[in-house]
Amino acid sequence: MDAVCTFCGNVCDDVEFDVNTQKGKRFCALGLAKFREKERIKSPMIDGKEASYEEAIEKAADILVSSKKPLLYGWASTVNEAIRYGVLLTEKVRGVYDQCASVCHAPGTLAVIEEGIPGGSLGAIKNRADVVIFWGSNPLEAHPRHPTRYSVMAKGFLINDRKDRKVIVVDVRKTKSAKMADKFIQIKPGYDYAIISALRALVKGEDIEANEVGGVPKEELAELADMMKNAKYGVILYGLGVTQSRGRDRNIENAVKLIQLLNRYARWIIWPMRGHYNVVGAGEVPAWEVGYQYAIDFSRGYPRFSPAEFSAVEMLLRRDCDAMLVVSSDPAAHFPRRAVEHMKNIPVIQIDPFPNMTTLLSNVVIPSAVAGIEAEGWAYRMDGIPLRVKKLVDSPYWSDEKILKEMLRIVEEKLEG
Amino acid sequence: MIEVEIISGRTIDQGKTVEEKLSEEYFKAVSYCEINETDFKKLGLKEGDRVKVKTEFGEVVVFAKIGELPRGVIFIPMGPYANQVISDDTDGTGMPRFKGVKGTVVKTEEDVKSVRELLGVE
Repeated sequence: MDAVCTFCGNVCDDVEFDVNTQKGKRFCALGLAKFREKERIKSPMIDGKEASYEEAIEKAADILVSSKKPLLYGWASTVNEAIRYGVLLTEKVRGVYDQCASVCHAPGTLAVIEEGIPGGSLGAIKNRADVVIFWGSNPLEAHPRHPTRYSVMAKGFLINDRKDRKVIVVDVRKTKSAKMADKFIQIKPGYDYAIISALRALVKGEDIEANEVGGVPKEELAELADMMKNAKYGVILYGLGVTQSRGRDRNIENAVKLIQLLNRYARWIIWPMRGHYNVVGAGEVPAWEVGYQYAIDFSRGYPRFSPAEFSAVEMLLRRDCDAMLVVSSDPAAHFPRRAVEHMKNIPVIQIDPFPNMTTLLSNVVIPSAVAGIEAEGWAYRMDGIPLRVKKLVDSPYWSDEKILKEMLRIVEEKLEG
Repeated sequence: MIEVEIISGRTIDQGKTVEEKLSEEYFKAVSYCEINETDFKKLGLKEGDRVKVKTEFGEVVVFAKIGELPRGVIFIPMGPYANQVISDDTDGTGMPRFKGVKGTVVKTEEDVKSVRELLGVE
């Protein structure tokens, strides 16, 4: 059956999957692993005991309504319809909405607030880009079909074949992606900002005093600056190497400034390599509902945005939340150790198809249908293009959308009653 | 003992098993660190040995592998093992420092904990 893949931000809409034989076509290894059957959370649970959906949702609503400041976190691996109910639910219970980008690409959001984003679509990259720079991103392991569909081997209107593209990888280690590049530039960890600053100077035609910056010889930087200036259509596709290391949001801000400068000489865009299939939606949906993308506090009855206070890791480190709802995410596995400690002290509700480390800490567990296989809905691809993910098979599990809609209804009843 | 900078990040095996976190495959995919070959020999390691990685934020025992990395840099796949030692300081952005945290690596005879043991729940 024609399917739309719900693993990474590529949201590949050209794949096929047969649920009976468990075989797929055109999938990458990640997508195929996602679509294959695996162990599920078998039933809703309250304190380790099996319960009905109704009982578990009632208990979850009780926890949310009786807490002073619940944190509602996750959202990147579900559809826009479910996220929308999540935002409305957070507002009702006067909690805090935060999403996976908080520990992923949110620094880019901060940079975009300051500088805007000179961006473009994956289609534009496929059709036009003759210089492609992967900076701190490793598509062959995180977005395996990105190079073939859009950015390296893909044919486009103005690109006949691989030879029409110059591909550069900038990274601290020689990743699998570095090996497919025409040029690999190895930098020292944490020197992205300094290197981008040096490139800005060189593109402007200024000299730099240092012989090397962040482990890269001046001649190599000058060569790169020259290549950038002479591109017909260039793109920097940046990954978490840039946002999760020293400088974080400032690295992206500096990179955007470099792109703005390059646009005086050539056509350039910059774009983040988004990880989960709908992590863009986890930011866009609250943005169209309440104006902000993450770290949104509703405790005063209106939305306030402040990552220093309301991002999930900061909230947990400061022990500033007294309950947590986790939807389609696993913070117990992916947050720093000290942040996870507080999750053990508070009631945790989980909505997810699969048992994970957060399940082990959760007081209420509500299994859900897998979007793209057992449930449908809208998702934003990494370049902000909305695609409808499909339902291929009936399932006994409720969709995230149904669970959250029901939870919101019961919360409203309890608040009114 | 050697001083290192710790990098965490995605791998294809981590991605393939990310929805099976309580499985043996996920454990294998995330409970190791890659070390530069010269550093690996300097620590007296052979493939399959364990090392203790320590930072000011915590410590963790993982399996050691040779990886294509510069000297003084180690790589741990993103996940619960890396998260024992990465920096929880977000500088007000919400983003912890998952990459480029200074620490030390030493050979150890201690066992690698399961994800349940790491979490402290059974």
